[in-house]
Amino acid sequence: MVDLKVKLGQVELKNPVMTASGTFGYGTEYQDFIDLSRIGGIVVKGTTLRSRQGNAYPRMAETPLGMLNAVGLQNKGVDYFVNNIYPTIKDFETAIFVNVSGSTIDDYIITAEMLNDLDRIPGIELNISCPNVKEGGMAFGTSCLSASQVVREVRKVYKKEIMVKLSPNVTDIAEIALAVEAEGADSISLINTILGMAINAEKRIPVLSTITGGLSGPAVKPVALRMVWQVANAVKVPVIGMGGIMNATDAIEFLLAGASAIQIGTANFIDPTVSIKVLEGIEDYLKRHNFSSVNDIIGALEV
Amino acid sequence: MLDLIVKENKQLNNQYFLLILGSPDELPEMYPGQFVEVRVDNSPETFLRRPISINFVDYKRNELWLLIQIIGEGTRKLSTCKQGDLLNLLLPLGNSYTIPTNEDSKLLLVGGGVGIAPLLYLGSKLKEKGIICDFLLGGRSKYNLLQLEEFSNFGNVFTTTEDGTYGEKGFVTNHSILTNKKYDLIYSCGPTPMMKAVAAYAKSKNTECEVSLENTMACGFGACLCCVTDSVDGHVCVCTEGPVFNTSKLKW
Repeated sequence: MVDLKVKLGQVELKNPVMTASGTFGYGTEYQDFIDLSRIGGIVVKGTTLRSRQGNAYPRMAETPLGMLNAVGLQNKGVDYFVNNIYPTIKDFETAIFVNVSGSTIDDYIITAEMLNDLDRIPGIELNISCPNVKEGGMAFGTSCLSASQVVREVRKVYKKEIMVKLSPNVTDIAEIALAVEAEGADSISLINTILGMAINAEKRIPVLSTITGGLSGPAVKPVALRMVWQVANAVKVPVIGMGGIMNATDAIEFLLAGASAIQIGTANFIDPTVSIKVLEGIEDYLKRHNFSSVNDIIGALEV
Repeated sequence: MLDLIVKENKQLNNQYFLLILGSPDELPEMYPGQFVEVRVDNSPETFLRRPISINFVDYKRNELWLLIQIIGEGTRKLSTCKQGDLLNLLLPLGNSYTIPTNEDSKLLLVGGGVGIAPLLYLGSKLKEKGIICDFLLGGRSKYNLLQLEEFSNFGNVFTTTEDGTYGEKGFVTNHSILTNKKYDLIYSCGPTPMMKAVAAYAKSKNTECEVSLENTMACGFGACLCCVTDSVDGHVCVCTEGPVFNTSKLKW
């Protein structure tokens, strides 16, 4: 029997397989496909203070080994989440994190405060990296100053786990990671999507209504791995790795690079059962290599 | 999620093909208007699944029919499927067309191009209910009118072609049947300009109208929020709130 438990700051997960925000709805969308209690954690859809309609259609472009999205944080707001969604998901036997985003620091503070009292939510993922909103989002995550400021203010009001989700659209990601760690982040997740663009040559128009969007899928995996490795080497808090994970081997690569847990994103769209396959694959790998705990391979890259 | 076996791949002409998929297990119940998400392969260009509407389900033979037009790389690859190949599908997805309870309902089903696909299954389900509908099918040319024989098994078939090579010349909305008959409900599937014209006709006659949208989507089951359409309730997912919408709900 291999031990799959991992510790993320204040929270223990039954295994390192999580699902990424914006790709897994509220978990309910996947209930017909998998037993949610088997996965380590779910990060639910990006939640903002007020309801957001998101960006205009078209919001998605398929690209080689990936996709661009420009959803723009469509959600019904934190009130709706607390009153209408939380009651329907609180009994899922997995760690549920709420991804929190905002246009202003006050938005982040009020939203986090409202989530503080939800017993079955052990933490929030502070999204300072959404590339698809006009105000806030990624703007907070691309400078040490603003990233520090958001984390510092939210830390004052939110008592449980704060996982900070970083943007890859920066010159030095380790620098941002260190800055948010210094302000009290319990863990750091990365990468959010990479800013990209698609063009319809025949019509001479952009594919997305927003012109640019966020790239995800296997196309971004090498960049994500590199950044996870850099951040894991720089900080002491646990790192949650994501970016193009399609199978167990991909996930193991992130663990070896230093991630204590991983999130599966785009792959959920193609195979809604992929998280279970990744979990089983990690277990097989550990047995095959005679490791008794998944912790034995975290950061075990030999360089 | 199901693996289905390609029983037959009928090339209808160089633009359209019909995949007949079978399963050793009993197929789940599917409703007209619903769709499937087909995994094409693992190549870089066809990374996401392809949403395809359900053309027909033959429960006796445990067959699912998919009528597909070759548009891009995904549909081109699907067109090369051979008998015995396995295809992985998510199904059934989305909502469905409303089946009236009144057997005397006068129903018109208007399809254009490959958009006729879900109307065949809808027509068959209506016939099961004892309703014989009118089909009004349009295409650019004779070449774009498909499955006419199959349609005639379930209702009265009227056709238009833009070049006049078959049926009445013009668009579906020019067909004489629209001036001669009054319907209780009109269903439509096809290119958006055609559906908008059908919706405008229905509105002018004070007739309810249901259309099927085909926005690009990543997941097909409400997780990615990519396929939204603007409705009276704001942005809603075509994959879960649709693909069938009463046009009164759309901002058309």
